[in-house]
Amino acid sequence: MATQIPGGENPRSIPDLLVRNAARFAARPAYREKEFGIWQSWTWADAAREVEALALGLLGLGIARGDFVAIVGRNRPALYWSMMAVQSMGAVPVPLYQDAVGEEMAYVLDHCGAKVVIAGDQEQVDKILEIRDRLPGLREVVYLDARGMRKYDHAHLTPLADLQEAGRAAGEDARRELAARRGALGHDDTCVMLYTSGTTGKPKGVVLSNRNILETARASSEFDGLRETDEVLAYLPMAWVGDFIFSIGQACWTGFCVNCPESPDTMMTDLREIAPTYYFAPPRVFETALTQITIRMEDAGALKRRLFRHFMDHARRVGPAILDGRPVGLADRLRYRLGEALIYGPLKNALGFSRIRVGYTAGEAIGPEIFEFYRALGINLKQLYGQTEASVFITQQPDGEVRSDTVGVPSPGVELRIAESGEVFYRSPGVFVEYYKNAEATRDTKDAEGWVATGDAGFVEEESGHLRIIDRAKDVGRMADGALFAPKYVENKLKFYPSILEAVVFGAGRARCCAFINIDLTAVGNWAERSGIAYSSYQELAGHPRVLEMIRGHVEEVNAGVAEDEMLSGCQVHRFLVLHKELDADDGELTRTRKVRRKIIAEKYADLVEALYSGAVEVSTETEVTYEDGRKGRIRATLALCDAAVRPVAAPVREAAE
Amino acid sequence: MKDSSGHPAAGGRRVGGVLMEMRNITLRFGGVVAINDISFDIREGEIRAIIGPNGAGKSSMLNIVSGFYVPSEGQVLYRGRERPPMKPYEVARTGVARTFQNIALFEGMTVLDNVMTGRLTHMTAGIAAQALWWGRARAEEMAHREAVEKIIDFMEIQSIRKTPVGRLPYGLKKRVELARALAAEPSLLLLDEPMAGMNVEEKEDMSRFILDVNDEFGTTICLIEHDMGVVMDLSDRVVVMDYGRKIGDGTPDEVRRNQDVIDAYLGVPH
Repeated sequence: MATQIPGGENPRSIPDLLVRNAARFAARPAYREKEFGIWQSWTWADAAREVEALALGLLGLGIARGDFVAIVGRNRPALYWSMMAVQSMGAVPVPLYQDAVGEEMAYVLDHCGAKVVIAGDQEQVDKILEIRDRLPGLREVVYLDARGMRKYDHAHLTPLADLQEAGRAAGEDARRELAARRGALGHDDTCVMLYTSGTTGKPKGVVLSNRNILETARASSEFDGLRETDEVLAYLPMAWVGDFIFSIGQACWTGFCVNCPESPDTMMTDLREIAPTYYFAPPRVFETALTQITIRMEDAGALKRRLFRHFMDHARRVGPAILDGRPVGLADRLRYRLGEALIYGPLKNALGFSRIRVGYTAGEAIGPEIFEFYRALGINLKQLYGQTEASVFITQQPDGEVRSDTVGVPSPGVELRIAESGEVFYRSPGVFVEYYKNAEATRDTKDAEGWVATGDAGFVEEESGHLRIIDRAKDVGRMADGALFAPKYVENKLKFYPSILEAVVFGAGRARCCAFINIDLTAVGNWAERSGIAYSSYQELAGHPRVLEMIRGHVEEVNAGVAEDEMLSGCQVHRFLVLHKELDADDGELTRTRKVRRKIIAEKYADLVEALYSGAVEVSTETEVTYEDGRKGRIRATLALCDAAVRPVAAPVREAAE
Repeated sequence: MKDSSGHPAAGGRRVGGVLMEMRNITLRFGGVVAINDISFDIREGEIRAIIGPNGAGKSSMLNIVSGFYVPSEGQVLYRGRERPPMKPYEVARTGVARTFQNIALFEGMTVLDNVMTGRLTHMTAGIAAQALWWGRARAEEMAHREAVEKIIDFMEIQSIRKTPVGRLPYGLKKRVELARALAAEPSLLLLDEPMAGMNVEEKEDMSRFILDVNDEFGTTICLIEHDMGVVMDLSDRVVVMDYGRKIGDGTPDEVRRNQDVIDAYLGVPH
């Protein structure tokens, strides 16, 4: 693999890389942020200066080596610099999820004993001030955007700009101290601590060393041939390991440019303007984009619609093959070219995907037709499988070996092992050091030889060597008759329907499976409008008989698919209900990365689960909801409980019908 | 909230001397007396509200402040000097900007262009130079665009910058209108029922923007509202009108305790 980065001075930390980049890529853009309608940019040399000033300023706050500094806010260059400044002085950055409520932040800040919090804006500062009394170790809150905080008591509250100003004016002693601290950083020092949102229990602080991050950044950059001319859009939470690897690890390693959107609402416009060459998005983003395209094409004129259908059919047939460099006839190639000019090119441009060389999706299963759609357009979308504990990469798909139902081959340097139980284990240079202050959890996850349990069940395909994930290992259970129960397998099939946003299947230890369904308001709302169905609220739409009828159709189709799989045919959904509210992270029903928290949902809606199994036709319930500002309220609803047809189980495990 | 002393960085807002004074204002339309002998003042840097039931004469009062109506009797003093009758655009040049109860934006133009129109009073280049986008006109437009972008950022409407106003929902249009008024960099900002027709969440957002404008730019704000709750939280001082007369004037707490005000709002048995 032709790497652009000769070893040279043997970097041992992110600050080392920054110093190197400031020299090597001095005039190349390192960061961009759209502000006041214009993309403002900073070169690597500028970035190094900004980080230096910040680090000197932070030094003045009395932060010692090994102290923790929390960072919370949306993706902005100054916050990335803050992380690097904290690293430069031998302290440890702890990025937090910006949509976490005060309560969640209090736990994390107290757990790591953060000395300083660097917050993006008033919203974040307010949350910190609210919980400050419970954080005796917290000395100072630093903020980036001063808006709305003029009247705040500034006794322990400092604008980041002032801190940087103080840093620029710092004397020789401080500079010597900083240089000494930066010089002392080694491979085994902590690079970052990331709290996993975790589907159960309290968040755990995953300690990643410089070795973890640098090795992973190197290997993964080489795997995809990333180079300094690449562009990424940083829009995923800074507290997520992926963003840390992409926007700091790989960016520093290869010297590519990190672009920050103007505001969360302008993401799509900014994406289009930047047109990144290297792009990551969870399946949800690709799904939403495809849903929108579909809706808008249905509104388009007849000619456009026909053109779109015609060329998309052609693209689905030959696009992936052309992308993978497999032989395709000349006539098909020419037609694809024409399609590129008329349909694919403009469409990719509108989506901001015209320059993507390497695109990844991960986190959840992606629907095969969604995946194929983007690949057919000529977008090199691939899947990877990773974890915070692995510094992201466990497996990934090499160019030309891309499929929607696998997550790829082991990443460079990663060893895989499948346990008897079906659980996937891995060992790699990226494996985390420990869970902070939690030796027990560290022991449970990582054994003495460095093997880490993923918590996922899966298997490696014999012929291709690709890993396939079935479900969370702990969620894979048995039904009453001993048949395999893999809820996520069924849920994913359900979620591939645009009208189903989320699904939760129950059935462990039971004779039959039942499901909760969350409708997708955009897709179903649009369908309702088209079909002339009037509704005034989410709840009303969710309970509409015709919506239930449509969902029943989807469930029955999924049942038909599930019935074909011998091992899992017992997982067909017999009864279901459509929930009256969207599952929400603020209510603890989803993790911050929007994964279903099965146990919590089962407890919270125990009455609904029982009703499904009792055979009743409807059930009344009352649910507590948390609003965005943290206030709580209750909503009442009466839900219809629907039956769905199931296919006879073909497998020999067939039991006498109840 | 009213006490901004103490912290050295609190520089934006400072309630100072009298900016505008209304002396014994009476306004008649033929035989109808819309406003009957009302006096009050607006101090620099404060949020001053005019409230009252429907038909109390609030909008007429605001139209006098803005110079759109000329009072039948009484004087309007602006910055200590009596203001002669003026055309609305002349008043605008003296640093008064307003929003309207029924949104008055250019529906076919983008948000950006609408907000740019707020800079008109500050533009000096001739029409030919502007059309050719040449020389000083070009430099001027860039400076104005920068000022407008800062306001767009402040009002958090970046995502609709290029959207035609006609396609926006009501709450956002109200925000755009406020942005346009701010673009004129007014020293006195008049808001005619800024929360009318909004839901609770939109009202909270708008309240925050009004407070932030006052806090950040030190802009004096005079607003009309009939939602009592919002006004009481927002304003420093409140004038209460009923049937064209002033029945109360003071801080929200004083006004809330005023028996005439309670009667006007709750009604009294006749």
